[in-house]
Amino acid sequence: MTAKTSPPLAIHLKGIVKRFPGVIANDGVDLMVRRGEIHCLLGENGAGKTTLMRILYGLYQPDEGDIALHGKSVQITSPKAALAHRIGMVHQHFHLVSTLSVEENIVLGLSEGTGPFLRFKKTRQKIRQLAEEYGLQVDPGAKVWQLSVGQQQRVEILKALYRDADILIMDEPTSVLTPQEVKALFGTLHTLVEAGLTVIFITHKLNEVMEISHRVTVLRKGKAVATVNTGETSKGELARLMVGREVVFRVEKKPVQRGEKILEVVDLHAQNDRSLPALRGMTFDLYAREILGVAGVSGNGQHELSEVLTGLRKATKGRAVLEAHDLTECSARTIADLGVAHVPTERIRVGIVPSMSIRENLILKSYRSSEFCKWSILNEKAAHQNACNLMEEYEISAPHDGTAAGNLSGGNIQRLVLARELSGSPRFVVAAHPTYGLDVGATEQVRKVLLEQRGRGAGILLISEDLDEIRQLSDRILVIYEGQIMGIVTPKDASLEEIGLMMAGSRRQEVEQ
Amino acid sequence: MEWQNWAISTVSFMLSYGTPLLLATLGEIYAERAGVLNLGIEGMMIMGAYTGFVTAYVTHSPWTGLAVAAAVGCAFSLIHAFASITLRANQVVSGLALTLFGLGLSGVLGRSWGGRPLPNALQSINFGALADIPILGPMLFEGHVAVEYIAILLVPIMWFILFKTRVGIAIRSVGEDPATADSLGISVKKVRYLCVAIGGLLAGAAGGYLSVAYRPAWTEGMTGGMGWIVIALTIFAFWNPVMGMLGSYLFAALYHLSFRLQPWVSPEILQSLPYLFAILVLVFIAQGSLRKRMGSPAALTLPYTRGEE
Amino acid sequence: MRAPSWIHIERRPSRSAWTVFYVSLLAIAGALVAASIFFKAYGVSPLHAYRLIITGALGSSIGLAETVRRTIPLLLIGVGLTVAFRAVFWNIGAEGQLLVGAIAATGVALFVPMPDALRLPAMFLAGFAGGAAWALIPALLKAQLGINDVISTLMLNYVAAFIVQWLILGPWKGPTARGFAYTDKFPASALIPRIPGTTIHWPTLILGVLAAVLAYVWVMRTRQGFEIRVVGENPNAAHYAGISQSKVIIMVMLVSGGLAGLAGVGEVAGIQHKLLDAGKLSLGYGYTAIIVAWLARRNPLAVLITSFLFGAIMAGGDVIKVSLGLPFQLVNVFNGLILFFLIGSEILMKYKVSFAWRKR
Repeated sequence: MTAKTSPPLAIHLKGIVKRFPGVIANDGVDLMVRRGEIHCLLGENGAGKTTLMRILYGLYQPDEGDIALHGKSVQITSPKAALAHRIGMVHQHFHLVSTLSVEENIVLGLSEGTGPFLRFKKTRQKIRQLAEEYGLQVDPGAKVWQLSVGQQQRVEILKALYRDADILIMDEPTSVLTPQEVKALFGTLHTLVEAGLTVIFITHKLNEVMEISHRVTVLRKGKAVATVNTGETSKGELARLMVGREVVFRVEKKPVQRGEKILEVVDLHAQNDRSLPALRGMTFDLYAREILGVAGVSGNGQHELSEVLTGLRKATKGRAVLEAHDLTECSARTIADLGVAHVPTERIRVGIVPSMSIRENLILKSYRSSEFCKWSILNEKAAHQNACNLMEEYEISAPHDGTAAGNLSGGNIQRLVLARELSGSPRFVVAAHPTYGLDVGATEQVRKVLLEQRGRGAGILLISEDLDEIRQLSDRILVIYEGQIMGIVTPKDASLEEIGLMMAGSRRQEVEQ
Repeated sequence: MEWQNWAISTVSFMLSYGTPLLLATLGEIYAERAGVLNLGIEGMMIMGAYTGFVTAYVTHSPWTGLAVAAAVGCAFSLIHAFASITLRANQVVSGLALTLFGLGLSGVLGRSWGGRPLPNALQSINFGALADIPILGPMLFEGHVAVEYIAILLVPIMWFILFKTRVGIAIRSVGEDPATADSLGISVKKVRYLCVAIGGLLAGAAGGYLSVAYRPAWTEGMTGGMGWIVIALTIFAFWNPVMGMLGSYLFAALYHLSFRLQPWVSPEILQSLPYLFAILVLVFIAQGSLRKRMGSPAALTLPYTRGEE
Repeated sequence: MRAPSWIHIERRPSRSAWTVFYVSLLAIAGALVAASIFFKAYGVSPLHAYRLIITGALGSSIGLAETVRRTIPLLLIGVGLTVAFRAVFWNIGAEGQLLVGAIAATGVALFVPMPDALRLPAMFLAGFAGGAAWALIPALLKAQLGINDVISTLMLNYVAAFIVQWLILGPWKGPTARGFAYTDKFPASALIPRIPGTTIHWPTLILGVLAAVLAYVWVMRTRQGFEIRVVGENPNAAHYAGISQSKVIIMVMLVSGGLAGLAGVGEVAGIQHKLLDAGKLSLGYGYTAIIVAWLARRNPLAVLITSFLFGAIMAGGDVIKVSLGLPFQLVNVFNGLILFFLIGSEILMKYKVSFAWRKR
C-alpha cells in the first residue's frame, strides 16, 4: 500500500452551517480547494455561495463547521484576521474610494510600522513590482474615478496582493467587465496561480466555468451538490446540477386562452446605474391573459427592464409600445395612469412609505383621481372606505387602516402593495420578485392573486429568481442573460437543464444541439 | 508713495485679520473632510475669545489664555461630535444649538469683563533689521504676533498630513465613502471625533487670538459672524488647506479694501462676495466630473451606520 | 453604543403622539433644570427667576403684549419651516427671506405711488413675493444641481443682510439718519395698525394664525400636501409613484420663503416703521424659528403653541434683564440648551430605555 502524499488542501471547509432568520444559507457545506488551482463556486442566487465566502473572509461566523487552511485548523473572526491568514477578497461592488488615488486606496487601512507618514517611494516601488510580476498594469498615481472598471478591479487585486494574500476570492468578477477585460482578467488569474496562488471564483456563468477553472463545486439551495474536475464534465451536466430535478406543480393553474397582444418591445437598450449597458437589444411581445416569466440570475438586466417599462429609467434605444403608447417616452405617472401596475423588488424601500398609514399607502398612486381628490382636497372618507375594502379583499391583517405601513409584517406589506397595484384592474403588471422573503402562506397567496389577474385579462411580466416559481406560473418563459434574450420557451417544451443552460449564457439554438 | 502705503496696510491687515479666519478654516476643512458639518464654529470661536481673554487677564500670560481658548473650543466641539456622531442627530441643528449656546454663554459670563483692556496682550515679534526692508519689511515683519506666523506654518503641515500621510487618507476616505473605510478596518467614529476636535481646537484658538492679540479686550459678540464666513471659506477653499489660506487672506484683504474703496464701491457688496463666491463654487463643482476632482466630501452631513445595528 | 448591563435599550416599534409629547416636555424640563444652574451662579433663586419670568411675560398685560409681539414673526416663519422640513428641505435661510420681504415692503411703502387703501395689501403681497423669490434660489439649486440646502440658504442670509445695509446706507438712505442708518419713516398708509397701547400689529398676527391653519390643512389634507409628505418620508417611493421631487421642493420653498417674507413685512411695517440695520430687524427670528418648528415636530398647528412659548422666553429675557439685572443673553443660552435637550431626547423616541435591577 503506497501512502498518498498529496499536499494539504489550501482550503478545507468542513460541514459549514450558517443560519439566518427563516433560512439556512449553508447546510453542511464541504469545500476542498487545492493550492494553485482556480476553483469555481457555481450556483444560482440564494444557493449560498456568497455566504460561504463571507464566512471564509471573516465577515460572518459559521454556526457549525470547521475551517482549515493548509492543513491547520483556524478561526477567522474578521476580515483583518482573514488578511492575516493571507486571504484576500475582491467583492462584486468594489471597496474603493473613488476620489483617492490607486496607491492611496491600496494602502488604506494599513499600518505599516513606519508611523503615520507614508513612504510613497517605497509604496510605489512595491506596487510597481507586484504589477510587473502579475501583469496588472495600473498607474499608481491615477485617481480611481478616472479608471475603467477593469482597471479598478486590477486595483482591488493589487490591494489583496499588496497585503500578501495567497488565496484570492473573486465574487462574480466578470459581471461588470467587457469581453476584452474578461480576457485580460483570465490572463491575470492564470499568472497568479502559476505563481502559486489559489483562486476561488464565484460565478453563475457556465462559459466562464468551463474556460477558466480547474475544478468546480456546485451549490444548490445551501448544499454542496457536487465537486467535479472541469475537464471531466460538461455544461449540460453542470446546469443540471445547478438547477436540480423537476419539481411537482403545486399551484393549480387553469389553462387559459391567450388574448391579444398588449405590449410590443422592440430592440430595447438601457444602461444601469454605473452607465454600463444593462439591456442590450431586447425584443419580445406580451399578450393579455398570459404570464411571461423572466428567468435569469439576478443582475442580468431584470431590474433595469422593470424600471424601463414602468417609467423609472430612461431607455437609450428602442421602444416598448403598450396599446399605442410608447412607454419609453412616458413618465412614471403617465404609465401608472395607463393602467400599468408595478410590484417592485424592494417592497419596503421603494414600494411603501413606512411611516404613513395603510390608508395613505393604498392611494399612493391613485390619490389624484376624482375618486379620492376633489379640488385638491383629499377625500378621507373615500380613502378610508377604499382601505377597508382592500384590507378585507386582500386579507391585510392590521388593527385598523391608520396603522403605519412599516409596522406590518413582510407578507402584509406585500399584500398592501398588491392591493394597491392590482385593485385598479391593470392591463399590464410588472411583478418583480413578488414572493421574495415571504413565508409559505403569503407566497401561495401572492401566486394565487397573480393567476387571478391573468384570468381576468391582464398581461403579467413576472421577474423571479425562483425558477420553480417561474415554471409553475408562466405560460411562456423568457430567459435573460447579460441584457439579452437567450430564448423564449414554454415550460412544457424546455427542460430544466435547458433553461439552466440559457440562464448561464447559452442561446436557445446552442441548447438545442 | 500713496499706493505703497495702501499695499503695506492692506497686506499687514490681511495677515492679522486673516489669521483667525485661517485657523478656523483649517479646522473646519478637516472636520468636513471627515464628513461632519460644524455650524457651531461661531459659538466655539466666541467661547474661545472669552475664555482666552479671562485666562490671560487672570494669569498674566497670553499664551496660557490661548491654550485655554483652544481647549475650550475643543471641549465644545466634542459636544457637537457626541450629538452628531454617536447620537446621529441632525448635524445642522446640533451645530446651531452650539452657536446659540456659545454666543449666549459668552455674553452672560462676559458681562463684567467688557471694556477692560488686556494689560499683557500678546506682543508682536521684533524682527529687528528685517523690519527695515523696504515695503516687505513693514508688511510682513512689523506688528505681527507669533500666532500669525504659526498659522501660516500650519498650512503646509496640515496640507501634508491630509494628502501625504496615512492619517490623511483615512480622513478623506471616511468623508467620501465611510462604508468602504469601515470595511477596511478604519473606525469611522474615531476619525470623525478626531477631526471635529481638531476643528474645535483651531476655532477656539482663533477666538483666543482675537481677544488676546488682535484686539486685546473683550466685547460681547466680538467675533462678529466670523464663524459663518469660515463656512463659506471652507467651500471656497475646495476643502484644501492651501486654498483655505488664499481664501482667508483674500477675504481679509477684501474686507480692508472695502472700506478704502468706499468712495467707489459700496463696502457691503465687497463684504458679501465670499458668500456669493461660496455659492458659485458649489454650482461650479456640481457639474458631474468636476465633483470628483474637487468637490465636497460625498458623505458630508450624513451620519454613518454599519448596516443594521 | 454599549450601555451598562443594567440598562436595557430596545427599539421602539412606533412613536405615539403621547411619547412625542412626553419626550418634548422632558426636553424643556431638562433645559429648565440646566438653566437654573446659571441663575444659582448669579445668586438668584431659580424658582424666583422662573416665577418672575412667567408673571412678567404672561402675567401682566404689558408682558403679554411683548410676548405676542415676538410670537408673530416666530409663528409665521415657524409655520413656513414646518412645511419645508416636511419635505426634508433644511431652510436655514428664513432670516434672509425675512429681510428680503422687508426690503420689498419698504420699496412699496416708500417708492411706489398708489392709492392709500391699497398700500398695505400691496406691501404684504410684495413681502410674500420677495421672500418666496429669495427662497426660490436655493430651491432651484437643489432641484436642478443637487446643491446642499443648508449651505445655500445660509449663505444667502448674509447676502440679504448686506443688501439691506447697502440700501440703508446708499440709495435708500433716509435724511433722518442720526448716527444709525435707516430709511425714511413709512407714511401712515404703510403702517400696520396696532392694538392701542401695545406693539402688537394684529393683522399680521391674524395672517399668522391663518397660515398655521391653512398650512396644516394643506400638508395633511390636500393632494400637494400628500406629495410633500411622501417626498419627505420616502423619496424612493415618491420617485416610484411618479411624484416629482423638484416640483415639491420648489413648492414648499415658495411657501416657506413667502411666509418668512410676511414676517419681514410685519417687522418693518408693524414694529420699526422703517427699514434699518439687518440685525436689529430680524433679531435672529429666522434661527429661533428653527427651534420653534423643531419642537412643533413639523406640525403647523403645534407652531401656534411653540411660537408662543419662545415668544414668552424672549419676553422673559427682557424681564430678567430689567428686574434681575441678568443679561439678555441668557435667552440664547436657554434656547441652545432646549435644542440640545431636544436632540438628546430624540434618541429616547427611537429607543425605549428601561432599567433592570434583577439579573436575567
